[in-house]
Amino acid sequence: MMRKVYLDHAATTPLLPEVREAMMPFLGEVFGNPSCLHEWGDLPRAAIEEAREQVAGLVGGRLEEIIFTGSGSESNNLAVKGLALAQQSKGKHIVVSAIEHFSVLHSAQTLEKWGFEVSQVPVDRYGVVDPEDVRKALRKDTVLVSIMHANSEVGTIEPVREIARITREHNVLFHTDAVAVAGTIPINVAELGVDALSLAGNQFYGPKGVGALWLRKGTRIMPLIDGGIQEGGRRAGTENVPAIVGLGKAAELAAASMSSRIEHLTGLRDRLLAELPAKIDHVVVTGHPGNRLPGHTSFCVEFIEGEAMLMLLNSQGIAVSSGSACTSRALKASHVLIAMGLSHEIAQGSLLLSFGSGNSMEDVDYVLEVLPPVISRLRQMSPLYAKFTKASKGVK
Amino acid sequence: MPIYSQKVMDHFMNPRNVGEIENPDGVGEEGNPVCGDMMTFYIKVKDNRLEDVKFQTFGCGAAIAVSSMVSEMAKGKTLEEVMKITPQLVADELEGLPKNKFHCSNLGAQALHKAIDNYLSKQQKGAGEEAATAPKPHEEIKHVHCPFCDSELMDEDSPFCQACHAEIR
Repeated sequence: MMRKVYLDHAATTPLLPEVREAMMPFLGEVFGNPSCLHEWGDLPRAAIEEAREQVAGLVGGRLEEIIFTGSGSESNNLAVKGLALAQQSKGKHIVVSAIEHFSVLHSAQTLEKWGFEVSQVPVDRYGVVDPEDVRKALRKDTVLVSIMHANSEVGTIEPVREIARITREHNVLFHTDAVAVAGTIPINVAELGVDALSLAGNQFYGPKGVGALWLRKGTRIMPLIDGGIQEGGRRAGTENVPAIVGLGKAAELAAASMSSRIEHLTGLRDRLLAELPAKIDHVVVTGHPGNRLPGHTSFCVEFIEGEAMLMLLNSQGIAVSSGSACTSRALKASHVLIAMGLSHEIAQGSLLLSFGSGNSMEDVDYVLEVLPPVISRLRQMSPLYAKFTKASKGVK
Repeated sequence: MPIYSQKVMDHFMNPRNVGEIENPDGVGEEGNPVCGDMMTFYIKVKDNRLEDVKFQTFGCGAAIAVSSMVSEMAKGKTLEEVMKITPQLVADELEGLPKNKFHCSNLGAQALHKAIDNYLSKQQKGAGEEAATAPKPHEEIKHVHCPFCDSELMDEDSPFCQACHAEIR
């Protein structure tokens, strides 16, 4: 049987058996609505509050500061739109980075249509935001800064603490999209100094379709979904109890095993990044070389296109992602890679391999065995590679 | 559901006629690496027929499959027959292409037609004489598709898709 190697944990992680077990009763006999006052509501209500405590524990927040949502994207929408709208009497200007997730960038675009102004701060070639650029972007009417904790496409970790120091000085709210970070590396909201932080369950072995926003106590937010008083009136709708319970359990497990997970993932990542250049020439590692997410490797292979690599790797049982134009539904090259100053031509060869707890050194061996022939096969077809080899022969 | 038909996968995994012809009678290039797909076709002509066709492609799985299919459809055919190969015929032979990829990856026929134009212009200039300029590229018709419902947009700059009314960012 063909070896199967899943290296797309940045897209989603598998559900841990312990998480599934914790969820099962709520997909079965414990079906009550947590808002109900009769006995059927008691257990689901208690379960949600336990999950709230588990998620609060993961980020070092208080339990009443956790708002459960339907996804990381919803958390980002709620934070960006909800915080900006709640403060619009103070001003209508917000600041985001050029490499935010679309759930932040498109929320900002929507705010623009509602009369807000949006400033985008750039990133350097490693995808790092300069906190001084954030300072320069602040205006008298700035009400919100939203800059991600780490970028899921290139793995770069942003200087969130330094940015928070600046937003505090200027008394501006700071939201960070920590979807790629929460459950992977330690987070402490008090130490970070942020006001709001988004996370999602399917990034750390919890279920899909559930996320959370940690929101500093006392911070006003405009709900996006009006209705009942679920989540303190900040997110109406009957709770997705099994998913929330799963998120809570996943958060608890992530907090408990974080250091061993990090050690494992870092070992896999560092070995792949160390051995890759010896196996393949003309490869550009994307993202920060050192300050990146533990299980995250991303690079661009010159002269060939990412989707073709992805499909050939898939045919050999390896699942990866790419930021090439052809892999996106809108057929646009990754805005992250372009913002980092990569040419469209190089960005087309983007590959992203993200490890998880289930991966082993044998998986790295397999990738190092399978990837080089895939690349040389596509290069042999590539007119760009033919031109390059002819030109370099000409020089000699 | 896999995004590509079995036929596309077959031609992508086992592309026919990959490579370069030494001293070709015609060369045609279409696309550019910026938009993600670029194809070069090389032809050898004998008695008004394509005796040999080879290609090099930079691009996604669909682009590689298209190139391979075009080369197979064209080999041995007369120049007139080859000029009648359209992107739609190529897509049909491949049992379909993803709608949003139909135009960007489906450049094989155009690239091959350019190679024939290149051959014909060399012929006109007479044997022994170098072809000074490449033939004019075909007029490119831009097709833009809604990223949400895949239907073709009437106007490239339209902020809305007229089919599903989604906003195009």
